[in-house]
Amino acid sequence: MAAADEIQSAQQATARAIAGAHSHREGALLPILHAVQEEFGCIPPQTIPAIADVLNLSRAEVHGVVSFYHDFRDTPAGRHVVKLCRAEACQAMGGAALAEQLLEDLDTGWSGTTADGRLTIEPVYCLGLCACAPAAMIDEKPHGRLDAARLTTLLSELAP
Amino acid sequence: MTVIKETDFGTPAVHAATTVRLTIDGRQIDVPAGTSLMRAAAEAGIEVPKLCATDMIDAFGSCRLCLVEVDGRRGTPASCTTPAEEGMVVRTQTDRLKGLRRGVMELYISDHPLDCLTCAANGDCELQDMAGAVGLREVRYGYDGSNHVTPRDTSGETNPLYRPQDQSNPYFTYDPSKCIVCSRCVRACEEVQGTFALTIEGRGFGSRVAAGMNEDFLSSECVSCGACVQACPTATLQENSVIDIGLPEHSKVTTCAYCGVGCSFKAEMRGEEVVRMVPWKDGKANRGHSCVKGRFAWGYATHRDRILNPMIREKITDPWREVSWEEAFAHTARELRRIQHQYGREAIGGITSSRCTNEETYLVQKLVRAGFRNNNVDTCARVCHSPTGYGLGQAFGTSAGTQDFDSVEDTDVMIVIGANPTDGHPVFASRMKKRLRQGARLIVIDPRRIDLVRTPHVEAAHHLPLKPGTNVAVLTAMAHVIVTEGLCDERFIRERCDWSEFEDWAAFVAEERHGPEATAAYTGVDAEALRQAARLFATGGNGAIYYGLGVTEHSQGSTAVMALANLAMATGNIGRRGVGVNPLRGQNNVQGSCDMGSFPHELPGYRHISGDETRQIFEKLWGVELDSEPGLRIPNMLDAAVHGNFRGLYVQGEDILQSDPDTKHVAAGLAAMECVIVHDLFLNETANYAHVFLPGSTFLEKDGTFTNAERRINRVRKVMSPKNGYADWEVTLKLAEALGLDWSYRHPSEIMDEIAATTPSFAGVNYAMLDQKGSVQWPCNASVPDGTPIMHIDGFVRGRGKFIRTEYVATDEKTGPRFPLLLTTGRILSQYNVGAQTRRTANSTWHAEDRLEVHPHDAEQRGIRDGELVKLASRSGATALRARITDRVATGVVYTTFHHPDTQANVITTDYTDWATNCPEYKVTAVQVSPANGPTDWQQSYSAQAEAARRIAEPEVEPAE
Repeated sequence: MAAADEIQSAQQATARAIAGAHSHREGALLPILHAVQEEFGCIPPQTIPAIADVLNLSRAEVHGVVSFYHDFRDTPAGRHVVKLCRAEACQAMGGAALAEQLLEDLDTGWSGTTADGRLTIEPVYCLGLCACAPAAMIDEKPHGRLDAARLTTLLSELAP
Repeated sequence: MTVIKETDFGTPAVHAATTVRLTIDGRQIDVPAGTSLMRAAAEAGIEVPKLCATDMIDAFGSCRLCLVEVDGRRGTPASCTTPAEEGMVVRTQTDRLKGLRRGVMELYISDHPLDCLTCAANGDCELQDMAGAVGLREVRYGYDGSNHVTPRDTSGETNPLYRPQDQSNPYFTYDPSKCIVCSRCVRACEEVQGTFALTIEGRGFGSRVAAGMNEDFLSSECVSCGACVQACPTATLQENSVIDIGLPEHSKVTTCAYCGVGCSFKAEMRGEEVVRMVPWKDGKANRGHSCVKGRFAWGYATHRDRILNPMIREKITDPWREVSWEEAFAHTARELRRIQHQYGREAIGGITSSRCTNEETYLVQKLVRAGFRNNNVDTCARVCHSPTGYGLGQAFGTSAGTQDFDSVEDTDVMIVIGANPTDGHPVFASRMKKRLRQGARLIVIDPRRIDLVRTPHVEAAHHLPLKPGTNVAVLTAMAHVIVTEGLCDERFIRERCDWSEFEDWAAFVAEERHGPEATAAYTGVDAEALRQAARLFATGGNGAIYYGLGVTEHSQGSTAVMALANLAMATGNIGRRGVGVNPLRGQNNVQGSCDMGSFPHELPGYRHISGDETRQIFEKLWGVELDSEPGLRIPNMLDAAVHGNFRGLYVQGEDILQSDPDTKHVAAGLAAMECVIVHDLFLNETANYAHVFLPGSTFLEKDGTFTNAERRINRVRKVMSPKNGYADWEVTLKLAEALGLDWSYRHPSEIMDEIAATTPSFAGVNYAMLDQKGSVQWPCNASVPDGTPIMHIDGFVRGRGKFIRTEYVATDEKTGPRFPLLLTTGRILSQYNVGAQTRRTANSTWHAEDRLEVHPHDAEQRGIRDGELVKLASRSGATALRARITDRVATGVVYTTFHHPDTQANVITTDYTDWATNCPEYKVTAVQVSPANGPTDWQQSYSAQAEAARRIAEPEVEPAE
């Protein structure tokens, strides 16, 4: 318990320092949240009051912003993030079946992380790659014309 | 009788110099430029359907129900966000709009429960009204799809979107399943209350209202002001009392009986039962806002602790004996006359209440002057704002604040000194915060880091954390900076003030020993910060000073008030909107009780008792000769009691034992009396020493008026019959009759007529006028028939403004090795004064006991940990309470509240008082703090005495056959 408390207060201090470094900017909250997520891999909920305090916002306001954006997480993602497109074009080109199969193979659900912490699978609604559907983005890199085999290969090529 | 319906204009009123003319649904309408189409329509009596708009908050444009068509423009703009323009032709009802609105409503209702008949808001629901207004007849989407309404879906699976009710707040329930996500609650919390406790969590269909970081309401930043509940158009945020009782069937506008803000409320009733108190938008003090006390904490009115039958006893060690009113009055009159016969005419007196109405207060002082035939009358203002009366009277010529609350809307720089508005005067604090968010600057002078120093979206430009007791030194140092740096408003001073007095004062403050560098050693205030604050106040535009008991409750309270008046005059900040010197008065009618001649030296309207002309007015009317010598003040009465020549006291609605300083001395004084008459709702602490108890009535049970901190006379209206049988004014009346006085008031309005007839500043006030205007600020007479929102506009009431030298004299209460810390006291949002009312409500959920705030450094030195019991001792006494470790207080300073009798913070405070007015020095006591393992001896003996003194004898019952 004491160790957990220490981690929490260390995280709060770090978040406070990050927030302080950005607080002079106009519209500082989003850059701060990005930097905090960069640091911890997520926005730990206990850092929200610290960030709010630095900017003199309420914790409700910061929570409202954090929860608005898909990309801000409250727990860290796996070592690799796979975003599978679920928009119309990809669905029409077999994306739904591809996704279903992948989730089943990995024994996880949407926004879930595999037990070994290697992969997090997230839905995304259009990557702008409709012409080469079905599409996915793996660790910030877009891939098109996917099928089960190609997806498996791509994932197996990722670092462990 | 019906429920008062207020028109919701949809968007706030706009103040603009120019008006525009437009046509809505064929009607020509003139409105101030910038007014929304929705409001323009509403002002013409045309109701545009709406859900997310309400006139307490800015337009948002999210519900898409208020769409209109404008000739010559494409599309269907939202009427709430579209400003009216010259020559516009607007249509609010067309076939196209009807179709759109039905479509929007259909979507809303597809994710809303269809339980209207059993819903708490049935009949008071805007969603229901709008469904009716747009003619919704079917929902083609069905209800089986994704929704927030049902805990489980049709296949029995848990619905992840469903959230259960949040009943953590004792006064209202949050039911997310009924929420339409209009954001009105979130915006009310931000714009009206300024707490920012709510947000919309998530996005799209998943959006939900969340308190804090999706916490329950009670553990979030929510202060339970009720603004969100009032703003909610559905049953999502609903008063628990409405859930329990149902909707009200009639209502009356009345005035809150808590703090000096004097908020207007609609008391919404079912028969004689209060269903809810809803802030009244036309109330000029609160403008439709409220706090947790006025809005919700009225349950004490029907609390089982209320005493409803008169009681008497021979000795305070006897149990109480219930008697009839007739017997109580006869007994009391007999006792008072006996004491006067035995010990002299001066041996009895009375204390008026700052919680009772003007009319009741007037009657008590009349009873003392005309019935007791002496001037031994005083009031609880003695222990709070008497220095305000004296100080402002000396400087300006009137014993009251100079502004109305609306004035803050034009303020550019505020000084808040010795006041904690977000706790003590929360509704006005919200208006201050609103102005501060618009860009006004703030200077806080307080030993403690009060919330206003830094709270979301508000941050003080300067916080000067002075040592308790050094107000005068700090204010004189500010004057030093203003004078020596040439920042005075010379034109104003030459025009309005006595120039030679100013020169004398300027030379005095300019002395180097008054400079911030010289005074820093004992004030603890950084010299440079003080200089910057003084410059800001002098040069930052309209400067307004707001102050509280942290200024007055000192040995130099009156001097500090004069120092504030000097600052305002020197910078030309008097006599227009946005400026002034404004006491934030503690109790609902403390201004009124002072106005009504409650002081031993003053007749109503602050006229000295020695003035023959004034005395003759009353002598003629009352048919008695009045004593021209001032009578005894409260501390003098208690001293005289201890000495044996003061033996009887009538105390209406005040608990002097708990609220006055040096509890042991008060107790000794009371114990020495032969007839203490307590007239109150509850067996309060003073009643432990009483021989007669006359049950009091609540503000809900009587007609009358309260006068708030801005001199506003507000009507109090009776909504239920007195549970004890008589309103307080009737009790005083009957006591007067028993004493042989021939009084013939049939209604409080007749008392007000007498006040108006005898007191020039009230000459124009009567109930018919108050009913018509809603409220009025005194002076109100033939020359100012509409009252006086802002005083001293063309010149000071006393003629020329008076600058007075303010020499700092340190209090005799000094720290030393035995008592190294300074204790200062204050209050908290959820509790009020001695707590007699709020402790008997669910407000204790927030503040169940008094805590002692200690700085971490001082705590560590003494081995004190957060939440532990500590002994707090001064030269006067000792008590034990739990510590709260916080850096809100500086090192060397500790702080507590005085809401709970089992703590009795006033057993610690001393009997030092203001030099001019005897106002006690509550705010400075030298103390020591040490770990404790239980209540102090004093606390134990006190609670044993209290328990014994509260016994009520069982009525004797005839034995059964």
